[in-house]
Amino acid sequence: MSAADFLPRSSLSSLIDLLQQQGYRVVGPQVIDGAILYRPLQQADQLPAGIEQIQQPGQYRLIRTQGPRLFSWANGPQALKPLTFAPRETLWRSHLQADGSLRFEEVIETTEPTAVLGVRGCDLAALSLQDQHFSGDPYYQQRRDSLLLIAVDCSHPADTCFCASTGDGPDARAGYDLALVELDDGYRIRAGSPKGQSLMDNLPLDAATPEQQQQTDEQHQKACQQQRHLPAFEPSRLIHQGQHPIWDSLAEACLSCGNCTSVCPSCFCFSESEVPELDGTTSGHQRQWDSCFSEGHSYIHGHRFRPDTKSRYRQWLTHKFGSWVEQYGRSGCTGCGRCISWCPVGIDPLEALTELGREDVE
Amino acid sequence: MAKPRIAVHKFSSCDGCQLAFLNLGEALLQLNEQVEILHFLEAGMSDVSADVDIAFVEGSLSTPDELERIRQVRANSQYLITIGACATSGGLQALRNLDGHHDEWRDAIYAQPEFIHTLKNVVPIASEVKVDLELWGCPVNSVQILAAVRALLFGVAPVDDRDRVCLECKRQQTVCVMVTQGTPCMGPVTRTGCGALCPRFGRDCYGCYGPSETAQSETLARRFAGLSLVPDAIARRFLLINSQAPAFLQAGGVFYRSGAEDPRAGDQDD
Repeated sequence: MSAADFLPRSSLSSLIDLLQQQGYRVVGPQVIDGAILYRPLQQADQLPAGIEQIQQPGQYRLIRTQGPRLFSWANGPQALKPLTFAPRETLWRSHLQADGSLRFEEVIETTEPTAVLGVRGCDLAALSLQDQHFSGDPYYQQRRDSLLLIAVDCSHPADTCFCASTGDGPDARAGYDLALVELDDGYRIRAGSPKGQSLMDNLPLDAATPEQQQQTDEQHQKACQQQRHLPAFEPSRLIHQGQHPIWDSLAEACLSCGNCTSVCPSCFCFSESEVPELDGTTSGHQRQWDSCFSEGHSYIHGHRFRPDTKSRYRQWLTHKFGSWVEQYGRSGCTGCGRCISWCPVGIDPLEALTELGREDVE
Repeated sequence: MAKPRIAVHKFSSCDGCQLAFLNLGEALLQLNEQVEILHFLEAGMSDVSADVDIAFVEGSLSTPDELERIRQVRANSQYLITIGACATSGGLQALRNLDGHHDEWRDAIYAQPEFIHTLKNVVPIASEVKVDLELWGCPVNSVQILAAVRALLFGVAPVDDRDRVCLECKRQQTVCVMVTQGTPCMGPVTRTGCGALCPRFGRDCYGCYGPSETAQSETLARRFAGLSLVPDAIARRFLLINSQAPAFLQAGGVFYRSGAEDPRAGDQDD
């Protein structure tokens, strides 16, 4: 006899109600402007019922089906990153005093407790990377601390997904409070933290039937059969392959637009600037998402170290898949495939890695 | 200390960029406390030959007398800032440079063409005099103007933000229209400054802020072809508001085919 872990779909709203009663702002996936976006959610009927998707290099399309499922898609352009690493924020303000000195004022906006529903394994893995990078950053940390994470194991990976080969999905592995497996008629739930356990204790759960258990296993097996795989290459060698001809063909194809880095859930680069008031007595110090594909990213006092697309693409790929390992103990890629789908010209970095990996074998 | 003096000059243009000042609202009063505005016809101040610290110049050079006047403005100004697409890259009116039928168009359009004294080619301000800062956009917005004025009041060089629209789109969490709809968006080669205004309203960027840094225009043009755009449509994407900006002129020129053998043949609107 298994423990009660099954929540019928008709009772999903009891989870949302429970979160709201406990004072959480609930954020969940919704169909907006032709994509799945994570936005404040009031009730279960805002979730993307029957929505599936096609993702190809440079292409993302939603498909409406009559199916009852709410999570039968892989992902949208963003998930957790904008919730923890703000796209633009003021870090501090400085005020000019009468004696000519400056007074600095710290600006940290508090974030209300936020429960995110529908988080994927790839995004949890990327969040854990961002946690490492932004460790000690109070702006990031207060937003991070506000999060309660409710994962949903991915049952419908896109053609661009390769999380099974990076080891970060399709199921949620770690870092969640609650995780759900969506079945045809409801959800099997497991807790990943004491907070999650106490939520689970307050839900109207049934014991899963043998059929539901079987569907869980089959669905997982199927989701693991992904078309794309991380190819074999030696991460520590990438940075030494600067002369490889692949960089020239990538530079020819690449727009240097930075969409790949912006949608990447682990990319963390930002720029900082002063935004003074017109009267010149107050200034806000702002940071915003930047990209290694921008000229400003490599600008150091009068010199641009990466003036062209070739050097920028090389920087991105060798860092993400190579030197990241040295820096953070693992690759920066969690297999979400966003950089492939959201690249306006449909560049697939896995093809470049395949080429680069060939040199290792030779 | 005397307040810095500024002038706002108009050349061939629609006056829309000057609205970046007039639309400031309360900030216009604050600006007026920081600087002395000597010449700004649209706001009622007239002193066209005043010596100023900062001259803002709207509009392109389209007539012989404008060539004379811009030299005078330059001579009277410490720091010259072009505002908008016309002043910075020739603007819409520079489309007449493309087909080489200046005289035929003039004669077809004007009842008494003998009174029209125009240059065969429209040129941006920087082709005639030294420009210290170019503010792009059709039109420019108040944020750009104020940031430039503020920096100059601090005595530092204004920041020239050459990032592409895509970066701003993603910061705004706007959904990409090219990837989700297959719409030929100019965002990947166009500089930001507009706050990704068009994509935020679900339409494609049409490049009114001009080329971004390292604009990969030809790569994008090839992508447009992949999205089934015919050559003429690709040319029109690049050769619109900033047709004379080299990065756009070059990519658009590859696909441009002059169909205007006889400009009177018919209305070219589509």
